[in-house]
Amino acid sequence: MPETITTDRSSGNSTDTGAANVQHMSMQQALNRALDEVLAENPKTVIFGEDCGRLGGVFRITDGLQAKHGEERVFDTPLAESGILGMSVGLAMAGFHPIPEVQFDGFAYPAINQIVCQIARMNYRSRGTLPMPITLRVPSFGGIRAPEHHGESLEALFAHVPGLKVVSPSNPHDAYHLLKYAATRPDPVIFMEPKSRYWQKGPVDVASAAQRPTHDAGVDDGGSLTGARVVREGRHLTLVAWGAMVSRCLQVAELAAEDGIDVEVLDLRWLKPIDADALARSVGKTRRAVVVHEAPLTSGLGAEVAQLITQSCFATLKAPVERVTGFDVPYPSGDLEDEYIPNIDRILFGIQRVLEYRRG
Amino acid sequence: MTTEPVLAAVDDDAAPLTHHQLRELYTLMAAVRHLDSSAVAWQRQGIIPGYAPELGQEAAQVGSGYAVDRTRDFVFPTYREMGVARAMGLDMVGYMSTHKATWHGGMYNPLESRFAPIQAVVAGSVLHAVGWAHGQTLSGAPEMGVAMTYFGDGASSQGDVHEAMNFAAVMKAPVVFFIQNNGWAISVPTERQVAGGSVAARAAGYGIPSLQIDGNDVVAVFEATRSAFAHCRAGNGPVVIEAMTYRRGPHSTADDPGRYRTLEEERLDGGEDPLERFKQRLLAEGVADAAFFAEAQRAAEDEEEAIRAGIADLGPRPGAEMFSLVFQEPTPALQSQATSWREESEHA
Ligand SMILES: Cc1ncc(C[n+]2csc(CCOP(=O)(O)OP(=O)(O)O)c2C)c(N)n1
Repeated sequence: MPETITTDRSSGNSTDTGAANVQHMSMQQALNRALDEVLAENPKTVIFGEDCGRLGGVFRITDGLQAKHGEERVFDTPLAESGILGMSVGLAMAGFHPIPEVQFDGFAYPAINQIVCQIARMNYRSRGTLPMPITLRVPSFGGIRAPEHHGESLEALFAHVPGLKVVSPSNPHDAYHLLKYAATRPDPVIFMEPKSRYWQKGPVDVASAAQRPTHDAGVDDGGSLTGARVVREGRHLTLVAWGAMVSRCLQVAELAAEDGIDVEVLDLRWLKPIDADALARSVGKTRRAVVVHEAPLTSGLGAEVAQLITQSCFATLKAPVERVTGFDVPYPSGDLEDEYIPNIDRILFGIQRVLEYRRG
Repeated sequence: MTTEPVLAAVDDDAAPLTHHQLRELYTLMAAVRHLDSSAVAWQRQGIIPGYAPELGQEAAQVGSGYAVDRTRDFVFPTYREMGVARAMGLDMVGYMSTHKATWHGGMYNPLESRFAPIQAVVAGSVLHAVGWAHGQTLSGAPEMGVAMTYFGDGASSQGDVHEAMNFAAVMKAPVVFFIQNNGWAISVPTERQVAGGSVAARAAGYGIPSLQIDGNDVVAVFEATRSAFAHCRAGNGPVVIEAMTYRRGPHSTADDPGRYRTLEEERLDGGEDPLERFKQRLLAEGVADAAFFAEAQRAAEDEEEAIRAGIADLGPRPGAEMFSLVFQEPTPALQSQATSWREESEHA
């Protein structure tokens, strides 16, 4: 099961930099290491939020950072999300690179005013003189039977706001590199961490962001850190996903292969800006696509992806782009979570719909 | 520990507690203590996925909940008010169902129980209480109901609490802001959370009378809450009560307090156990004897068993509820999603 991208040493065109750089770690460890390095490399970086100092965060992403880098660089704030994000604006104005955390996705809502009206607009409002180099870390999405508001999918909300960028890693390697990348950008980035994947281990090549896809050859190697990544090559259709849904789509692809259906899986990674070229390349080849996301259907990012595909591939598409998503309901309690998050069967039904589509 | 500019004297109700009432308070505290520690055990046994314990806060919760008049008042809890719920006579299987992950907010009837749905947003319901209380003023009921909103010292950092206190004071809304200051907001101690060290002190800025009380003394808590209710009912506007107590165990069953305090610190800061303290008082005053305490413990154990059985019997909710409870009048899009969900789950 290709949980993550594996480094395939057997193929001839490997640009292997040596096993020493490839380490096996969880996404939690990868994120922690990235933050540690960012703090060491940029003295203007500060990390703060609820419980992220002494406790190391409720998910331990900031574990040990306060002890190592001091209480001025990694600190606990009072429990107020609007305060945390509003404070980030002032720190950014003073030349710092804040990496605030909201403890759980649902608690970004109390801070929406500061995120949308201040962080996203200050650069524009000041005609470029007050950039907002803020990386907001948001433990995101469901899958852990958490209480209400501890599992939500806010990507469409954030992606809709002019002035914000949004990214979500699906594996430890990308988590490490994308966080280091985001935390050195001059614009605000919402960094959505799939919390159900925090403890999943995988190889991390700390020396190079580039990792080749499992099935190799000629596709985007992901080395740019700005685009999507093909994590499995296939001929019959493309599954587009991000965050925790990537590994589920890889599972589905294995099952579909048993029926002779050859599925390509595209990890979008950036939800804003979306890598439209990668979509065009992949679906241009497979001519069918299914978008899979945990967020509700209506006005979700699936619609955006479908539109981008339609725009580039309309003439060659063999079926309308399908969506397999959460439902338009408040995020349900643990007992119903498995009904809500796209499961293998629902994704297979989606695949079936695009494969069986006939023009009327 | 009590404070100053105190409440308008409207004390027709302020008779000392009878022996019967004192015993009732103890029985409730014993039930809450046993159910609370059992719920932690249920989590360890895999019966429920999580729970927010209230060990050490029994006096603050039972004493305040006991003052609520369920024919007219309304309580706005957070996620840690099991003792209040029990003191108000809620259906405890319905209460615990939220911790079983059966339904967010619990499965009791909030209108009948006068206890709003459990919720996780810290300070989330503080403004709801103000709105509800202002509704009492607007409807001009002769028997004024009072809203009581519970929150912690951590929650008091939320901007919504400022807005709520300001609104309530301006509108003279009958609201009791009941702060359980248990010393910690997960890992952050009060001194790193609340500037000035006291939530009660802030009330002065809004012109709201406040009481800072010993939250480990159930009788003191009851009496303070009762006089705050009388103050509100008489049309004098809101009251802030800060009950000083201590969260003896972890923040939730997922927390590891060893990361931010030692067992020795816990023992010293926790002070005297509020349950044991009340027991000694009842013994010393001759209000209750050993047989009574044994009976209270037995009743608590029976009750816990019944609740555990009720929880075990809770089946999963039918999936269709996920769709049908969103709106009174569902949208066409949601209906079609429900239809295809049904078809696909039947065929899968
Ligand atoms: C708006 C919001 N932010 C963060 C959280 C996560 N969280 C849950 S409880 C808690 C600490 C609350 O402390 P306090 O208000 O003192 O109440 P206590 O838990 O001590 O009873 C935190 C940070 C939350 N539930 N809601």
